[in-house]
Formats: sequence, structure tokens, C-alpha cells
Amino acid sequence: MKILVTVKEVAEAADDFEIEGTDIGERFLDYDLNEWDDYAVEAGVQLSEAYDDVEVVSATIGPERSEETIRMALAKGVDRAVRVWDDEIESAEPDVAAKTRLFAAVVAEEEPDLVLTGVQAADDGFGATGVSLADEIGFDWAAVVNSLDTDDDLSTAHVHRELEGGVEELTDVDLPAVLTIQTGVNEPRYASLRGIRQAQSKEIAEYGLDDLGLDADAVASPIARTEMYEPETESDATYFDGSADEQAAQLADVLRTEGVVSE
Amino acid sequence: MSDVLAVADHRRGKLRDVSRELVTAGRALADDLGGKLHVAVIAGDVEAFADRLSLAGVDTVHTVDATAEFNHDLFAGATAALFEAVSPTALLVPNSVNGLDYAPAVANRLDLPLVADAVDLSYDGGLVATREMYGSKVETTVEVSEEPFAVTVRGGEWPAAEEPAEASIEPFDYEFDESASGARVQGYEEVGAGDVDIADAEFLVSVGRGIEEEENLELIEELVEVTGATLSSSRPIVDNGWLPKNRQVGQSGKQVTPDVYLAIGISGAVQHVAGMKGAETIIAVNTDPNAPVFDVADYGIVGDLFDVVPALVEEFA
Ligand SMILES: Cc1cc2nc3c(=O)[nH]c(=O)nc-3n(C[C@H](O)[C@H](O)[C@H](O)COP(=O)(O)OP(=O)(O)OC[C@H]3O[C@@H](n4cnc5c(N)ncnc54)[C@H](O)[C@@H]3O)c2cc1C
Ligand SMILES: Nc1ncnc2c1ncn2[C@@H]1O[C@H](COP(=O)(O)O)[C@@H](O)[C@H]1O
Repeated sequence: MKILVTVKEVAEAADDFEIEGTDIGERFLDYDLNEWDDYAVEAGVQLSEAYDDVEVVSATIGPERSEETIRMALAKGVDRAVRVWDDEIESAEPDVAAKTRLFAAVVAEEEPDLVLTGVQAADDGFGATGVSLADEIGFDWAAVVNSLDTDDDLSTAHVHRELEGGVEELTDVDLPAVLTIQTGVNEPRYASLRGIRQAQSKEIAEYGLDDLGLDADAVASPIARTEMYEPETESDATYFDGSADEQAAQLADVLRTEGVVSE
Repeated sequence: MSDVLAVADHRRGKLRDVSRELVTAGRALADDLGGKLHVAVIAGDVEAFADRLSLAGVDTVHTVDATAEFNHDLFAGATAALFEAVSPTALLVPNSVNGLDYAPAVANRLDLPLVADAVDLSYDGGLVATREMYGSKVETTVEVSEEPFAVTVRGGEWPAAEEPAEASIEPFDYEFDESASGARVQGYEEVGAGDVDIADAEFLVSVGRGIEEEENLELIEELVEVTGATLSSSRPIVDNGWLPKNRQVGQSGKQVTPDVYLAIGISGAVQHVAGMKGAETIIAVNTDPNAPVFDVADYGIVGDLFDVVPALVEEFA
């Protein structure tokens, strides 16, 4: 059995940042493995530990910089990695449909039995790639999975889908399938020193459009970001200034006035 | 062309609020486009839902009588079939957990560009949508140069349409064989019951990822002790297993309405705010002056919780 896990390197903005053009300035961004994908990686690696002959392959659409994040996934137990990128992809700023075509080409190459994605990417949060991909490649799917169990013969996944308001939907999904993984589904491991060492010698295969048998049309996106700005704060909050002690004293006064603490 | 098709959300016999918000968003977009607003309601007691969706601004409610509950193959298939029949310019779906489970499939199947989680929409020769990025720290405008298109709409951003009216209600035939579906709903489970109900609390002290380590929770517990508050948290604290699920505030946890909600080291992600914005008074402690939690706060402390919380404990000790 083969499991494909999509792994995105996401950017996080520093507390103080500046917008340059239609994005936050590069020097204010920190890159890391997408939180949701960390859980997806763990789910894949746990399956590979529970069953014989399971290979876990990660797939990333991203520039060379993202290899650092990919190495992190490899250090956590992913067997090998695929990274998709080239100049045309970079300039196209792929939307969900474009990423779907790229990942579908990777799926055609790798022929996985199970694809795990995160529910959403923390930076631009579309929450759409996994289900779109499932439809494209004709797999069954389940979105927002926060509990995952598999039949012994790996024919069916028994999942919980986390709905709103503390309700979970219990669903059986036939494999091959795409599952979008929610945080809390497991406890992602830290990479061990041994894992980090081993990751250095694992393969990261690089593919461009040509290698995937695609042309520039495949990544052309009709969606363009035209502006980015700091939202006008709707806040009319009163801020407490001063030292921590002074701030705490003012806060304590509010709590007393509100009548939620006595004294 | 120039019509809008919006798909309602419901669960276990209840229309979800976002459905009537979608009517408001859809009507405004249909006005911009100069077209009609079609609302689709799929599965469940469609006639009762259609009555409730017969609101001012809605031209037609299409009902698809099928299964009792949500099934994404049904929703994706029926939405795509209705789309072909109505041939609208815009497809609107709520950005709910069930929306996440079928909207991207419909967009892919119909080859529609997809803008997810829009908080504002307008049309000016093309769709212009507002979205957030980087954990709500910034807003972006995206323009879509192709039609038709699909949009998923964030809950709580548009007022719910209220005024009853006489929309035309049209049953739509869609054949669906649930047993042939590769994803079969087996049932539902309520989670998060337990010793305390944070929904009843008057004063919640709520802790987020800013606390960094499980050991540091002691600090917050001390504060809870001296103030007589009830302890709640954002999601990562529960995901890490540091607190039980019944303490989680937010979209997938509990909705709370205390007199005072003190958010400590919580950024204020939309899914968290969904659970606490109904609090009478919101106070936030966060090192990041740009944290979106300050947008909903009545009082704010830009500061380090490891300094502020011990000082606050002193106040009441
Ligand atoms: C489908 C779905 C459902 C979800 N449901 C929920 C839900 O029900 N509830 C929920 O909470 N989330 C939910 N989430 C997750 C949500 O998107 C956020 O990831 C989460 O709320 C972030 O929690 P946080 O604010 O504690 O952490 P972060 O976003 O990491 O914020 C930590 C904050 O602490 C501050 N900080 C750091 N150090 C200090 C310090 N020393 N002193 C003071 N402040 C400090 C930082 O500036 C930051 O603002 C859901 C997500 C999805 C996709
Ligand atoms: N560029 C990318 N590289 C790898 N995985 C991605 C990429 N974009 C999206 N994904 C995957 O799709 C999930 C949902 O992303 P999104 O639909 O962009 O919110 C993420 O959690 C990833 O698993």
C-alpha cells in the first residue's frame, strides 16, 4: 500500500510586519510545516507502522526553500518526497484548480491507495485542495477528519468528521480515498535526532510541468490577488498601559466592577 | 446567465443560520449581476426548509428530495445538476464543514474557479471577493476573470435574511442511490460532555497556545482559583490533550456567553471567535498588538501573559 501525504510549507507573519505590494514583505515571514499537514504526516506514518509494506510519500508544490519543511516530514518518518515546481508554476500562482491538476499528475505517477491532506493551509486557508483532488482523480473522500480507523484489509476507513458545535459525523469511506485531516486527530511526533539524520539521505524527487506531462495551461489561474491591506480595526477596545503590575491592577478593577469576582 | 444559485445548509432537521445569511449575500450579488436568486435545498424535510427559505429576495427555491441527512455525493451531484439546469453566473455555498466536503468537488466537476471563505463580495464586470490571510492579520482582494464561478461564504459576515415572502418552490428531480456512494454516513456523536459546562459560566478564563507548555497551565489554574472563574481554552490546548474537549470554545467546541471572557494568549482565529463573540465583555491579553482577538475585545492588554497573569493573581491573592 502507498500513502501520499500533501505537505505545504506555509508562511507566518511576524507580530510587526509591512505589506509590500500584494503580500507581506518576505523579511517578515517565517516558514514552517502547515499545522494540519503535520497531523496528516503523523496519520500516514502511524499507518505505515501498523501495517506491513506501507510506503509514505509526501508531495509538495513549492520552491526550493520548502525542502527544509520537506526534510522535516522525512525526519518524522515519511519515506520519500516529491516536490513540484518550476518557473512557470511560480509565475502562475496556482489556484485550487491548478494545484488539483498538479497533484492529479503526481497521483497518476505514484498510484497511491490513500491520499492525506490537511483541512486547510494556515496561510491562505482555502480548505479546498483535498476534496477537489478527490473529485479529479475519482477517489472517494471525507473532509475534516478528526478520528481515523482502518479495516484490517485496508479496504475501508472508518472516520469521524468534525462538524460544528461538538457534533461528529461517523462515516465509512471506501479506499482508495482522500481524507482531509483535522488537528487533534493524533499526537504528531517530534523529529528524533536519528530521524533528522536519516532524512538527509532520503530522496526528494523534483518535477516540473514537463515531467508531469502538463503545459502552462494546466496552471493558468483566473483568480488574481489584487490587493492586500491591514483590515480597519473594528476594535473600540480600551487598552491598559503601563507596567504589567499596572495593567493587572486596571484589569482587576474591571473584573470587580463587572461583579464577576468579589473583593 | 447572470443568476445566482445558493445552496442551503442544514443539519439534523434544522436549517443552519448561514443559510439565511447566504440569501442576503446572494441577493446582493444577484442585484449587482442583474439576475435572479435561486436557492437550493437538498435532503431532509425539503418542504419545511423551502417554506423557511421563502424569503424576500429569493426568486426560486429548488428542492431536492432525497436522503434524510447530508451525503456529499448527493450534495455534489445534485448541486452540479441544478447548476446545469439553472446555468447561473455564481454558485454560492456556505464555508461550513459540510460545505468543505462538497463545494470543491462541484467546482472541480464543473470547471469553475473557486474562491473560498469570502467575507465580502461585489461584482464589477467580474467577481471581486474579500478574503483574509495569515490568520486574519490581513485582508486581500481577489478578482476572478472567468465566469461562471463558485464562492464559499464565511458564516456570520452577512446579516441573515428574515422577511418571509412568496418564492416559487420547484421540486427538482435528482436520482440518488445512497448505497452506491463510496462514503456512507453511519451516524452522529455528541462530544464534549463532562464535569463542567463552560456554556453556563459567568466568568471564563480562557487560555491559548501562548501558554507554550503544559506545565505553564498551572499559572492559569492559579488565576482561576483566586478569581473563582471557570477554565476554558482554544483548540490547540485540547488538541494537545492538556484539557478535555468540553473546555474548548469555538466553532467545533462550545458557544459561550459569559459576562466576562478573558482570553489569554489566544490569537482570535475566526473559528475561535465564533464561539465567544457573544460574551458580554471580552478582555484579551496578547503580546501581538495585531492579534485579531483585539478586534472583538472591549479591553486589551498588549503584554506578556507570563508577566500579566502572575500580577493579576497577586491582585486577588
Ligand atoms: C474546521 C476548523 C474548526 C476549528 N474549530 C476551532 C474551535 O472550535 N476553537 C478554536 O479555538 N479553534 C478552532 N480552530 C482552529 C483555529 O483556526 C486556530 O488554529 C486556533 O483557534 C488557534 O488557537 P490559539 O489562538 O490558541 O493559537 P495561535 O493562533 O497560535 O495564537 C497564540 C497567540 O498567543 C500569543 N502569545 C504568544 N506568546 C504569548 C505570551 N507570552 N503572552 C501573551 N500572548 C502570547 C500570540 O501572539 C498569538 O496571538 C478550527 C479550525 C478549523 C479549520
Ligand atoms: N502548495 C502545496 N503543497 C503541498 N500541499 C498543499 C499545497 N497547497 C495545498 N496543499 C494541501 O492541501 C491542504 C489544504 O490546502 P488549501 O486548500 O490551500 O487550504 C493543505 O493542508 C495541504 O495538505
